[in-house]
Amino acid sequence: MLHRFSSAFTRVVSRYSGASCSTSDTPQKKLKELIAYGERSRYVTSMRVPVAERMSPDMFGLTFHVTTPLQDQFGIITPSSLFYVATHRGSYVPEIDPAEHRLMIHGMVDRPLIFTMDELKRLPFVTRVHFVECAGNRAQPRHTTVQETHGLTSCAEWTGVPLSLLLREAGVQSGASWIVAEGAEEVKGASSLPLAKVMDDCLVAYGMNGEPLRPQQGFPLRLIVPGFEGIHQIKYLRRIKVVDRYYMTYDDYGHINADPRAAALALQIGPKSVITFPSGGQRLPCAGFYEISGLAWSGAGAIRSVEISTDGGQQWHDAELRSPAYPMAHTRFGFHWEWDGKACVLMSRCTDELGTVQPMRADVAKYWNEPPEKSRVRGNDNTVQPWKVMSDGSVLNGLS
Amino acid sequence: MAFRRLLPLIVLGMCQIGSAQSPTYGVGRSPTADEIRAWDISISPTGQELPPGRGTAKEGGQLYIQKGCAGCHGRTGSGSQAPTLIRSDGTTKSSMPCLVPCVNDNNVLALHSPFATVMWDYINRGMPIGKEGTLQPDEVYALTAFLLYKNGVIHEDDVMDAHSLPEVAMPNRNGFSLPPEEWKHGTPRLQGYPKPPQ
Repeated sequence: MLHRFSSAFTRVVSRYSGASCSTSDTPQKKLKELIAYGERSRYVTSMRVPVAERMSPDMFGLTFHVTTPLQDQFGIITPSSLFYVATHRGSYVPEIDPAEHRLMIHGMVDRPLIFTMDELKRLPFVTRVHFVECAGNRAQPRHTTVQETHGLTSCAEWTGVPLSLLLREAGVQSGASWIVAEGAEEVKGASSLPLAKVMDDCLVAYGMNGEPLRPQQGFPLRLIVPGFEGIHQIKYLRRIKVVDRYYMTYDDYGHINADPRAAALALQIGPKSVITFPSGGQRLPCAGFYEISGLAWSGAGAIRSVEISTDGGQQWHDAELRSPAYPMAHTRFGFHWEWDGKACVLMSRCTDELGTVQPMRADVAKYWNEPPEKSRVRGNDNTVQPWKVMSDGSVLNGLS
Repeated sequence: MAFRRLLPLIVLGMCQIGSAQSPTYGVGRSPTADEIRAWDISISPTGQELPPGRGTAKEGGQLYIQKGCAGCHGRTGSGSQAPTLIRSDGTTKSSMPCLVPCVNDNNVLALHSPFATVMWDYINRGMPIGKEGTLQPDEVYALTAFLLYKNGVIHEDDVMDAHSLPEVAMPNRNGFSLPPEEWKHGTPRLQGYPKPPQ
């Protein structure tokens, strides 16, 4: 069978080798693209970029944080090749043979269990769309593009087994209140999660956007914790330990805080939105009609509404949701805008299904009784992003 | 023909039907006690999983050189390419302990944790780079003792072991809050935060 396929393949290759079509690609490359695995147009050059604060790969060859080009994307799904990357301390991308990979569930359970990938794939699955965002996704005044200000969030369709199903099979014992989830990469990144969240909606995912997970996203297995900070979405998932307390792993201790209010903001991501067009670094060629486009998401549920201001936050107008508003997922919004050619400031703010409204920076500073310029947003920074449109059509970061 | 009749039995055999599988779906198997021991590297703040062993700052100082720590973190534990391990002023009794993720020179990794078990756990699972998981328990105790001593948390001759390590008086030992265990579906992170819209 294999032999028959490969000789057919060779015949196709020789046919294309003889083709007169002018291209710089080798026939093999062209064939791979035409038949085996498609690539995007050579005219599409959108790329991920490492965060400026720490280069990837670094001097040890480790990848740290790499941003997705939100300004170039449509809809709500981030292409897997452009999905942002963040790692626990800077990591190598492990090459894991799925045939060798195992998931172990143990700790405060009646029946510790160990699963192969094939066994996990025999179990009932769900497919859901969820964003993943790094808590380090913080807009700074020095950032010039939406890729820099917001490029550590991405959204994909994930397929996997509900972790609650696996834990019911194992039989969680009374007194258990947290789990520790751990990856198989060299640093074995681990995170503590409240058992209530785990039993509610966490997924042990092997599928991403219709394919197996990409290696940078945890191939072959990743924990998806919808709406929680990215650091909890353990890649290369190999172990779940059911425990009776917060385990304070290396990746956890940054979430503890002297102030209980700040600690309460440490797990779930608040309602957040950003305009991706027009955004920093882009240029409007002339006055006239433009469709403002952007993304909104919340860790608490679905996006209910998005508002746009074209005058720096004085007046707000309802935008339209232009995609399904899935819970804990990027949601695309649009707004008809007639630009009069004068300088202005564009902003978006969203409201989630709980009615929580995305805050302005000044609101957050006021909450903590701090001067706005000295206030640091606790938990994930979900404050409103201003874009300054200049009269020459250039767009600048409106943060100061 | 005989093979065909046997096939279902062979397939059943391969599926390992037995009491060790998950009760509803009959997949997976029970790990052996050895398998769990080998994989379970989690260390609770109580230190309940800490293995037998011991180490002192003096031993740790030698290991810091022998194991190549100094190559990336610097001989003094700061000012090199890898994150700072030892404050240049040699003290951590700061009036303003850092409790947010800090990876710059002013803030020493894992020293903000209320429990020294975090330091032990991280060295054990994540160091040295490229040879993770190769350190012996005595070596991890000694390296932890060395970093705690150099940062002014313990005395030079304090012995770190499964009993003493969880008891270490870390700078943030008291007065910390944890992320909420009582997380609930459909609940805002913090009621009234930042304020109702006007």
